Amino acid sequence: MAAAASPSSMESAPRIMRLVAECSRSRARAGELRLPHGPVATPVFMPVGTQATMKGITAEQLDALGCRICLGNTYHLGLRPGPELIQKAHGLHGFMNWPHNLLTDSGGFQMVSLVSLSEVTEEGVRFRSPYDGEETLLSPERSVEIQNALGSDIIMQLDDVVSSTVTGPRVEEAMFRSIRWLDRCIAAHRRPDQQNLFAIIQGGLDAHLRATCLEEMTKRDVPGFAIGGLSGGESKNQFWRMVALSTARLPRDKPRYLMGVGYATDLVVCVALGCDMFDCVFPTRTARFGSALVPTGNLQLKKKQYEKDFRPIDPECACPTCQTHSRAFLHVLLHSDNTAALHHLTVHNIAYQLQLMSAVRASIVEKRFPDFVRHFMGTMYGDPTLCPTWATEALASVGITLA
Amino acid sequence: MKLSLTKVVNGCRLGKIKNLGKTGDRTMDVPGCLLYTKTGSAPHLTPHTLHNIHKVPAMAQLTLSSLAEHHEVLAEYKEGVGKFIGMPESLLYCSLHDPVSPCPAGYVTNKSVSVWGVGGRVEMTVSKFMAIQQALQPDWFQCLSDGEASCAEATSIKRARKSVDRSLLFLDNCLRLQEESEALQRSTIIGVIEGGDVMEERLRSARETAKRPVGGFLLDGFQGDPMTLETRLHLLSSVTAELPEDKPRLICSVSRPDEVLECIERGVDLFESFFPYQVTERGCALTFSFDYQPNPEETLLQQNGTQEEIKYVHQTKKIKTTGCNQEMTSFEINLKEKKYQGDFEPLVRGCSCYCCQNHTRAYIHHLLVTNELLAGVLLMMHNFEHYFGFFHSIREALKNDRLAQLKELIRRQAS
Repeated sequence: MAAAASPSSMESAPRIMRLVAECSRSRARAGELRLPHGPVATPVFMPVGTQATMKGITAEQLDALGCRICLGNTYHLGLRPGPELIQKAHGLHGFMNWPHNLLTDSGGFQMVSLVSLSEVTEEGVRFRSPYDGEETLLSPERSVEIQNALGSDIIMQLDDVVSSTVTGPRVEEAMFRSIRWLDRCIAAHRRPDQQNLFAIIQGGLDAHLRATCLEEMTKRDVPGFAIGGLSGGESKNQFWRMVALSTARLPRDKPRYLMGVGYATDLVVCVALGCDMFDCVFPTRTARFGSALVPTGNLQLKKKQYEKDFRPIDPECACPTCQTHSRAFLHVLLHSDNTAALHHLTVHNIAYQLQLMSAVRASIVEKRFPDFVRHFMGTMYGDPTLCPTWATEALASVGITLA
Repeated sequence: MKLSLTKVVNGCRLGKIKNLGKTGDRTMDVPGCLLYTKTGSAPHLTPHTLHNIHKVPAMAQLTLSSLAEHHEVLAEYKEGVGKFIGMPESLLYCSLHDPVSPCPAGYVTNKSVSVWGVGGRVEMTVSKFMAIQQALQPDWFQCLSDGEASCAEATSIKRARKSVDRSLLFLDNCLRLQEESEALQRSTIIGVIEGGDVMEERLRSARETAKRPVGGFLLDGFQGDPMTLETRLHLLSSVTAELPEDKPRLICSVSRPDEVLECIERGVDLFESFFPYQVTERGCALTFSFDYQPNPEETLLQQNGTQEEIKYVHQTKKIKTTGCNQEMTSFEINLKEKKYQGDFEPLVRGCSCYCCQNHTRAYIHHLLVTNELLAGVLLMMHNFEHYFGFFHSIREALKNDRLAQLKELIRRQAS
């Protein structure tokens, strides 16, 4: 069983999600994932540690921040150092010495976004390694094989990823192919007892295609569902409608993972729409550019205005960076070549995201989520009514008004 | 502050510096090293990861080259650089320059010395220099000095003489200004011994500087490649012989284990710890042994290991690495080498550092190959810990009259 301490059953996928509370107005839920490497409270934000490292912070630092699940990338790790070596190192957990949970994506997204000369066929995605030029085929079977070697607690199906700005028959082709690839992934999965395979709902921005995909994929008894193909170049207006459509038709008792979403406002709105899990490179990436996330947006700490600002990034923040350092010092350090500056901000930004999710969860459990949302938007935009239109509409669609 | 020597054997001084810091209750061991920092922070490390390291020195080295341009901010901050950089508990020594990136020569005048920050050159007269120190409020600071007599290949006697004259003039002016400054009463000026390679000037510098009420001495200009250091070591002995016994002697720009021991034998007490940083920047890990009293079984294992590594290292020593202009030494291994790809041993077996307790050579290799930031963090943690462990072993060896064994062990590994 790919959950902790439950009787094994080969006939149905484990129920890895336990619902703790549900908002009576919106679709927001608070829950707990039971995964092989420990429980994870939801809603959860999962930082992205692409190449078996959370950039410049140690596993101990990440653990101390309260992170209990983070991401690794099959595409990158599959190339370097490769699944055989990682298997020898006792899986990705052993290789990077991470005691908590790991989620690996299939490699599909990187195929399309990083590789200029990739070719998608029914077989899989054919591409050329940027490191040694060797041609490889990433098939559903191969992706699952690699992820089985990595040993992550949650693995993702290989999906046929199409940019959300693409229209026409390609979107439909990709959607149906993703269903077929899901079945191939399920068949190829060697370790259903230890690793939870999630399906990924596709269909672009077409409501009918999404609905079809939802109908088909929910027939497969997988432990969880991801909402994919969004968080690209599409408008926020289209984005939220696809999310809402998906959550409306996904089973209540299984986790909903919205891929690639990480801006604070988006997280709060999508929790209201019924999503449980999120990942995004944004907070960690923006940290390395000197940007610190705060409840009112962000601070570009390299800017001159912070030169003599002796306050911490956020006086309410409990992270080690805010406990010890001022904006002024970080400003100085960011203009030096000491990488410690980047690590300070990485620590803070991860703390910000995790603290945000914690606060969201507490408000759901304490039955005050709509008030939390109003307060959040007020802080972020100066006034709840100044919240972006798309967010206002999305929240209204699930019964939360901001006025 | 008070330096108490427990023993002096073959020129090596073992002891403690007591009554340090603002509250006068801190202590420092001698021989010892200072924690190397860049812009007020250990390289790659936050306080969290720095605290993972065992035996971090009580005193950290700050460089004026990284901080001078921020003196207005520090002056407005008012609470001193220690608190500003998030190291309020640490003793602080402020040097003029960064030993890793020496600055261009030709900018010292009779009235000023220049340092280079990110924003460019900062020219400091005595009064500006003291104003900066007033804003920093370090525990110790290197006095403004002319270190350029040792820069050029052949120092003229005239240039050497000038370096001594200027440095003494700067010193006298700084001491005078310190007397007048309330804020600098608890800071100690470290007098700088100059004079290039000219014995007469070196002796003059030592004698004259020793007459002033400085808290200690910085031996400047003794660095160089192994060849020049050889000749300068002779000078060094003569210089320290002229210095009072009860004040600490620091040396700058000397950090390699073998050179450290040579200098300790010639009466030097304190060193900078930039060598582990340089090793880190070239993707290497310190692996040299300082266990001068291993049990026989371990000696055998170590010898076998050392032999192989030395053999391999000879082949690769010529490789220039990016990030640091120094070549790799035989005190370290290069984790980028393919042979570490599947090596699941820690960097050094038995090492108690965070990296060795938690990670493998294979992982570090992967981080280096993929250009990940964590490589620098983990290597820095290991290299600092290893280096501080080395200094601990020096003190232990001195205490137990085993320095000769330690020296031999290091000499064997210095290829």
